[in-house]
Amino acid sequence: MRDTFVATTTAILEEDPRTALVLADISADAFAPAMRRHPDRVLNVGIREQLMAGVAGGLALTGLRPFLHSYAPFVIDRAYEQIKLDLGHQNAGAVIVSIGGSYDASAEGYTHQSPGDVALLDTLEEWTVHVPGHPDEVPGMLWAAARHDERVYIRLSSQQNAAAYPGTDLKVVRRGPQNGAVVLAVGPMLDPVLRAGLDVTVAYTNTPRPLDVNRLRELVTDEIVMVEPYLAGTSSRVVSAALSRVPHRELHLGVSRAEHRGYGSPADHAQWHGLDPAGLRASIEAFLRKD
Amino acid sequence: MTIDALKRADAKHAPSAYSTLDVLWVLYDRVLRVSPETVDDPDRDRFFLSKGHGPLAYYSVLAAKGFFPEEWLDDVGSATSRLGHHPDRVLVPGVEVGTGSLGHGLGLAVGTALGLRAQGYVQTRTFVLLGDAELDEGSNHEAIAYAAAVELDLTAIVIDNRSATHGWPGGIAARFIGWRVSHVDGRDRDQIEAALTLKGGPRVVIAAVEKKES
Repeated sequence: MRDTFVATTTAILEEDPRTALVLADISADAFAPAMRRHPDRVLNVGIREQLMAGVAGGLALTGLRPFLHSYAPFVIDRAYEQIKLDLGHQNAGAVIVSIGGSYDASAEGYTHQSPGDVALLDTLEEWTVHVPGHPDEVPGMLWAAARHDERVYIRLSSQQNAAAYPGTDLKVVRRGPQNGAVVLAVGPMLDPVLRAGLDVTVAYTNTPRPLDVNRLRELVTDEIVMVEPYLAGTSSRVVSAALSRVPHRELHLGVSRAEHRGYGSPADHAQWHGLDPAGLRASIEAFLRKD
Repeated sequence: MTIDALKRADAKHAPSAYSTLDVLWVLYDRVLRVSPETVDDPDRDRFFLSKGHGPLAYYSVLAAKGFFPEEWLDDVGSATSRLGHHPDRVLVPGVEVGTGSLGHGLGLAVGTALGLRAQGYVQTRTFVLLGDAELDEGSNHEAIAYAAAVELDLTAIVIDNRSATHGWPGGIAARFIGWRVSHVDGRDRDQIEAALTLKGGPRVVIAAVEKKES
């Protein structure tokens, strides 16, 4: 997904003189050709994430459309107050594109991981959040975000599904029993959910904010299981509000708050957090068991 | 100017309201190319009050220059007022950035100067005002180092009323490596004007005023 992001954003910078890119060393090599072509609009501030967000706010105040990019823990966790004040409070917008996400940087340790990024943005007003599940879903998100001034977060991951689902609407990927449970997978959680082998309706979205609540209300008649690749329960508030008039039961799965002080691969971390197919199957079967 | 309004409201922030008064007046009266008529022009000069504490001097100058009615000064901080104890750009005509939490204005000003440069507004100037205690915030030092590295046309003004808890041994100018430095008496309007009309940057004008009473 990072390669797709670099190629698409380089093309956007070429086509649209209103766009700008702010980096804090991460991915600077990949954007070197764009930086040579547009030295005034492709800016690497060095390892200064607070400044990266402040510069993005300043660029937006002059009418440009800034993109900013780093690892999620640096661009979101570290610069949270700049995102809150230098963008939101100024009534300014930007496109934040992160890599790393929850535990892509599995062997780097907790310093390079951000399971809480979407939850942090959820404390703020009017952020659109895209969590693509496949590289082919990324270009459309970037081009669309370049053409307005709102606040957009695109959370790229090294985890991906086998198939792409273009568009940002909530889709049914597999039909289960009529009036049965619905499992909604966000971004790269779709393939692990499908591999869990449950007889349920499986739905997919790459856009948890704003969540397509109208489609959700059409689908859910009893049980809803939300499976998110970031902090467990991040969407519980939104799902509860959407289904407030529907008698239903909810289960929210995702990355736990527990810091697993281990390294290994992303697959190891998925297993520790119960987000591998076997872990998902166990949690969801226990939730659906009626006896 | 409506100094009475300054004295009536915001007792907590009163010293910081006065410390900026002469610099602000010189900026809006003699230096900035901005007026109520040009407040949305893309090539207007920009002034950012980073040190958003004690904005009454700022509000008073903006009102005196016609950005909003002077009557707005009479109920600062009320439930229906557009003027709070920290300024909000969304609510107050002429206010370029909403500030209050210290250490945000300089980064925003760096981005604005870069955005103006990228769009070819080479005559447009960007100013940002900080307090000497505000320099404690580490975010400023990210912006100071980067602005010097890219030779950004930006003027920072530091109001020095010796309010930083641990002081700045060696002087404030020593923190602005790679910047051009002017020292002025923050109550001498001609000195202030002379320093603020110098172009090319980055440049810092350190304006000394009377020590803050604690």
